[in-house]
Order: sequence, then structure tokens, then C-alpha cells
Amino acid sequence: MHELAVTESILEIAVRHAEAHKARRITDLYLVLGQWSSIVDDSVQFYWDLISEGTTAKGANLHFRRVPVSLVCEDCGIKYEPGSDEFTCPNCRGSHARVITGEEFQLEAIDIEE
Amino acid sequence: MPKHIPVVEKILSANDRLALENQSRLDSAKVLAINVMASPGAGKTSLIEQTIKGLEGRVRIGMINGDIATSFDASRARAAGAVAVQINTGGGCHLDAVMVQSAISQLDLGALDLVIIENVGNLVCPADFKLGTHKSVLVASIPEGDDKPYKYPGMYRGVDVVVINKIDLLPYVPFRMDFFKKGIEVLNPGVRQFELSCQTGAGIQAWLDWLEGGVKEFRSH
Repeated sequence: MHELAVTESILEIAVRHAEAHKARRITDLYLVLGQWSSIVDDSVQFYWDLISEGTTAKGANLHFRRVPVSLVCEDCGIKYEPGSDEFTCPNCRGSHARVITGEEFQLEAIDIEE
Repeated sequence: MPKHIPVVEKILSANDRLALENQSRLDSAKVLAINVMASPGAGKTSLIEQTIKGLEGRVRIGMINGDIATSFDASRARAAGAVAVQINTGGGCHLDAVMVQSAISQLDLGALDLVIIENVGNLVCPADFKLGTHKSVLVASIPEGDDKPYKYPGMYRGVDVVVINKIDLLPYVPFRMDFFKKGIEVLNPGVRQFELSCQTGAGIQAWLDWLEGGVKEFRSH
């Protein structure tokens, strides 16, 4: 739902880095989104096509890398991916876990033409 | 040939920076701020009403209210005795640090001990946008169902307090408290929880005591 604000931020960050490198055009953006970051790719793409118009990022391709959630059980130490309605450890049934991946929410890199 | 430029920047870093500015403004005025989030109908406004009434004469409260189109909730807060500022997000699904910055400017921080920010009713977007508050409070409620931590992990992970409202409905609604709490425990180990009912007043006192204690501790620093 908040993809417009998110997409505006992506554009702002990309354009700022491109300007710092005196880019003529941004061709690609590489986004990393954890499964728990609640962002819908299609929706970002939809806003992107609208708001990148008239900027150096116009027409740039968005690449989404989705990172699944992985947890480490603090009780028995195994690494696991939680189910959709079951977060406890599949090995020892413990519920003390630490999130290792799945909350990423960043612009990793851009490709530019100078 | 295109050139590859590493960026590695958090997408909402601009909002995060502004949230820090809001926080330092509140810090220098020694005003504690809390961000109250929930799904629509969970009882944010009812909890805030109870809080304003329960702390009347002891804690000076300013209220920032995010609502999509009406100022109904801010009127309720004023009626209960607080200074209130309304932010109409104009259809937006969350408050952000910019909106809160301008709302804070409309409050006389020197005359306040506590700012309560009532976010837009939504379990997704508000979790991602820091406002500069010191504590985040999620109001969950029994009729929403016990699967909410599993469906909205981002929201449950980022908060300092979970208030479980409408416990008076437990006899009438299927709600597995142990299943609900197990989800919370994994997402947010040791998070403070209050079970209460804004309708009957059960459990409200523990919440008020915690909040008042927090305000006092914050002022004494």
C-alpha cells in the first residue's frame, strides 16, 4: 500500500548516486527485499514507470532480489525457515529465535551510462 | 558499456534521518513520545481516550492524530482533555516523519510531558516508517483473530509494547491466546504485553502505571 512512498525513495537515492557519478542515464536498479519487508514488486514497478518519467532513470529496469526469511533457534542452534502459521523451531519446538535474513529493504546497486 | 555502481542504501533512509531529528527535538524538550499502531477498529482511539482520562492531572498529554479524512478522533481526544493536532493523510496509509515534524511544530512541547501519536489504522505500512517516537505500541484485539502475528510479522517485530484489547470478548470469540503469544514470542522476544479491555476497564491500570512510570523516568534523565 505504501509503495508510492517507497518508490519515490528509490528514485531519490538512485538519482543522487547517479549524479555523483555524473551519469547520463540510469539503466538498471538492483533492489534487495526481504520476505518480511511487505513490499509488492508489481506495485513498485507500476509507480516506477510513472514517476521515473522525465528523470535520468526513465525506462530503467528494476531487478528485485527476494530474500526468504531464515531464523536461528537460540535453544538448539539450527537454522530454519518459518512456516506461514508456525514460527517455532521444527527441531526442538523452541520459540527463541533470531532473524538472520528476510528483513532486507535496500537499493544495492545501479548501472549507469556515463 | 554501463558502469555498475554499488549503492547499498536503506530505501527509507531519508525518513529515518528525519525521524531522528524529530526524536532529538522531543528529547531536548524532555517529552516522551509513543507511536500507537493497530488495524482499523482495534481500539486505538478508545485506548487513547482511557489514557488521557486516566492520567488527567498527572501527565500533560499532546495528541497527534493521523486519519485518512476526518477529524473525528482528534475531537474525541480534545473532549477527553488533551491538546490535539490532526494530520489528514489525504488517503495515505501511514504517517511518516515529515508529517510528524510539522505536527510537532504545532504543539507547545514545553507544556507537555507526553505526546501520543495515533497512526493510521493499518498493520502493514506504519511499521516501515519511523516517526521519531521513543516507544511503539501495537494495539491488537481479540476479534481480529489469533493469526495476526503470523500474517503481519513486520508490525509485530518492530514494536516495544503489545496491548491486547477487548479481552472481555474472549468468552465469545475463538481465540487461542497461546498460539497468538507464541507468534509474538518468536518475532519479538520479551516484548511487554498488556491484556485489557477499554470497554470494561479491566487491565487498564497496569498500562497507565507503565506509561506514567515511563514518562517520569524520561523526565528525570
